[in-house]
Amino acid sequence: MFGLLAQTTGDVGTGLETIGRGLVIGLAAIGPGIGLGVLIGHAVEAMARQPEYAGQVRATMFIGIGLIEALALFGIAFSFII
Amino acid sequence: MTGTFGSVLAAFEPPSTKDFVWDCWGPALRVGGLEFCMNFIYFLVLLGFLAMLGFFYFALRKPRVVPGKLQSTAEIGIQFVRENIALQMIGPEGDRYMPLLATLFFAIFFWNIWEVAPWVNFSSNSRIAFPLVMAIVAWITYNVVGIRKHGFGGYAKHVLIPPGAPVWLYPLLVPIEFITQIIVRPITLSVRLWANFLAGHFLLAVFFLGTIAMLESGGILYAIAPLSFAIGVALVGFEIFVSVLQAFIFTILTASYIGGAIAEEH
Repeated sequence: MFGLLAQTTGDVGTGLETIGRGLVIGLAAIGPGIGLGVLIGHAVEAMARQPEYAGQVRATMFIGIGLIEALALFGIAFSFII
Repeated sequence: MTGTFGSVLAAFEPPSTKDFVWDCWGPALRVGGLEFCMNFIYFLVLLGFLAMLGFFYFALRKPRVVPGKLQSTAEIGIQFVRENIALQMIGPEGDRYMPLLATLFFAIFFWNIWEVAPWVNFSSNSRIAFPLVMAIVAWITYNVVGIRKHGFGGYAKHVLIPPGAPVWLYPLLVPIEFITQIIVRPITLSVRLWANFLAGHFLLAVFFLGTIAMLESGGILYAIAPLSFAIGVALVGFEIFVSVLQAFIFTILTASYIGGAIAEEH
């Protein structure tokens, strides 16, 4: 493995850094993806059960989306920092 | 096949963070280590702000009982902020904070929409400075109204100690509450808005520059170029949606922080 890496031309460090950046975005998207699915699914269920509270549920849902989404976006931000 | 991809990679320069750095126009004012000058981003901020002022000036210059198109657009926008954000999150006291919330909502929207404006395609909110300043304004507002309402000690107790928590948990809870409520909130507010438009710019750039690179490459990739272009067009629609959504989320979170700060003890 390391013998192979040593044989490659070009800067191995840069290549590993690029792989790291890609991994950060991908891994950071997993948790928020599951979270958004649970959140929006339950919000839709709540709206279907109680249509008269749909507006309130939607507003709360968007707050939740905002809070969860920030985690994935931290991943994007950190991928440029490393 | 490798030749085709090689020529595409040669023509295609992937977008990077240097897209977000613009040179000064004219002389710069140096204060300490900072450099203040007029550049493209600041020009966009000013233009967006003037567009917002102009829109509301012309819409509400001569208000009529039966509103025209422009007036009803402005009124629907303000009514949306009042009913769905201020009154819902803060309650009857929300009208006091309407100037702040409406300004935040419309200013963020007018700055965001540069992302999809033809020949600009660059939102000033994709630089951290502008979201950070707005988040600091929101941070100062909710702390100051909370301290005014409860007094400093009362506000500290209101923020740091969740009601009904047992006393032996305080050493654990107080640092956590302090970090989440005082330190992390302005950071998430600004990073959410900034990273959305950073990522949006990259998405649009990848698909539109990719279309051009594939068209210029010749060969088999020529056939995929329309697909890339179609995805780019769809993403423009998505970015318009994101512009409205982020303005809404920033404002509604500010309102909910203000509402939480002035809430009565349970």
